[in-house]
Amino acid sequence: MTAAARVQSLPRTRAGSALLGGVGVLLALACWQLAPAIGLVPGDDIPPAADVLSKLAELVGTSGFWSATGATLAGAGIGLAIAVVAGVALGILMGSNTLAWHALRPTVEFLRPVPGVALIPVAILVFGPSLKGDVLLVSFGCLWPMLVQTLYGVRAVDEVALATARSYGLGRWERVRFVQLPSALPYIATGLRISSAIALIVAVTAELVAGNDGLGDSIALAQSAGQTEEMYALIVTAGILGVLVHIVFAAFERRLLHWHQSQRAGVEG
Amino acid sequence: MLEVVGLSKSYRSGAKVTHAIERLDFAVEEHEFVGIVGPSGAGKTTLLKCIAGLLEPTSGQTLLRGAVVTAPPPELAVVFQDYSRSLFPWLTVRRNVELPLRHKGVADKGAAASEALAAVGLAGFESHYPWQLSGGMQQRVAIARALAYQPKVLLMDEPFASVDAQTRAELEDLVLRVREQFGVTIVLVTHDIDEAVYMSDRVVVLSRPPSTVREILPVELPLPRDQIETKALPAFASLRARVYEEIMQGQAKAPAA
Repeated sequence: MTAAARVQSLPRTRAGSALLGGVGVLLALACWQLAPAIGLVPGDDIPPAADVLSKLAELVGTSGFWSATGATLAGAGIGLAIAVVAGVALGILMGSNTLAWHALRPTVEFLRPVPGVALIPVAILVFGPSLKGDVLLVSFGCLWPMLVQTLYGVRAVDEVALATARSYGLGRWERVRFVQLPSALPYIATGLRISSAIALIVAVTAELVAGNDGLGDSIALAQSAGQTEEMYALIVTAGILGVLVHIVFAAFERRLLHWHQSQRAGVEG
Repeated sequence: MLEVVGLSKSYRSGAKVTHAIERLDFAVEEHEFVGIVGPSGAGKTTLLKCIAGLLEPTSGQTLLRGAVVTAPPPELAVVFQDYSRSLFPWLTVRRNVELPLRHKGVADKGAAASEALAAVGLAGFESHYPWQLSGGMQQRVAIARALAYQPKVLLMDEPFASVDAQTRAELEDLVLRVREQFGVTIVLVTHDIDEAVYMSDRVVVLSRPPSTVREILPVELPLPRDQIETKALPAFASLRARVYEEIMQGQAKAPAA
């Protein structure tokens, strides 16, 4: 096998794909390292990667870093949890009850396009800079994808499956619990994937603007104090959090939907 | 056991009204096997859904042991054509069979499920998921689920229409066997004349829509039925021809809709 063919076949294995991804990251870091060094970007505003990463290593040893990370995760996590519970409940209600659908739809259609961050002034007004404000904004931002996905899922339930459940005397609530909810799970998982990313974005933005404790606030403080390396180290941290959240939710989805076509590859037969 | 009395169902779509079935009358005796055939488009599935309490008739009624059916009765189970949609892919074979037993007051759901699965030849597949099984096996799971429910009446809606010919013959014989074993009354809707004649004690022939009962033919073929011997009998051939004739005439008679 030629070297070129060997490289071509890399993406087919898990390890090969991870290797290629790692090479990509290293290349990106190398560009970042070189750009200020060769004067492509001003080094004062964009310090080289090595400086930022060594600053990050330093920050990891401080308690302030962990309390800021913890605060961001708490705001995003609690807000997401509220949105999941409320979104799934509302989605099931609107998806399975015509009355609720007609009564709630106009309100939902009106509120849905309102960007979550547009409510930051409201959150400051009501809660001041606090975790509660974070939670409010995150849950508002995450509610709509959860609600809409659940709604689609419940409405897409197979009518034969539903008729089967009815023919076996399963009541309304049992049909929701044993048929509609599980068959909506793939949709709910999609909502969760979208919402988990939104949760982090809204939490960091809210901290940045409103000054609630968290990574966003630390980024703003570092910037105003001229601590450029620290600012970038915290931005990198927010990025790493995003990747970790994605990995956790993707694993959760695989486990939850192991029976679904999208996850079945290779188990047939 | 089961009486269908003046049953009609029409669907309204805007100003257009479609009469699927019109004033159907027939009765099914206890332990009887009744096949319902008709030209394609005859309201066979509509009829079955009305009997099952899944669809409200426009007029007329179904009586199950003298009681009017208004909702799916606990003494009745349905096997649908489309097993891949009727079985729940998120549940194992065992859990699929056990789910309907929630209200049946079955003391040992596990034992009831195992017995039904063994009866359809699926012992050992309890922890598989339906989608890991072949089409024929999936329909066996659906049949086992119906049997575990211990119905007095089993309604089957084109149950073998989605499997290959050999599997179909196997499943036909399987149903005839479990019918004896579980002492269940069966109503089978099918478009396949051979199948109706081979399996039934009586065949109800429907006309094209708006469907009425055209003819009810007793099938006096020896029991137990056998795929080769029964189908080689002259009586089988003449019954088959008779049902076919009825269907063709029923199709010709009706005016263009």
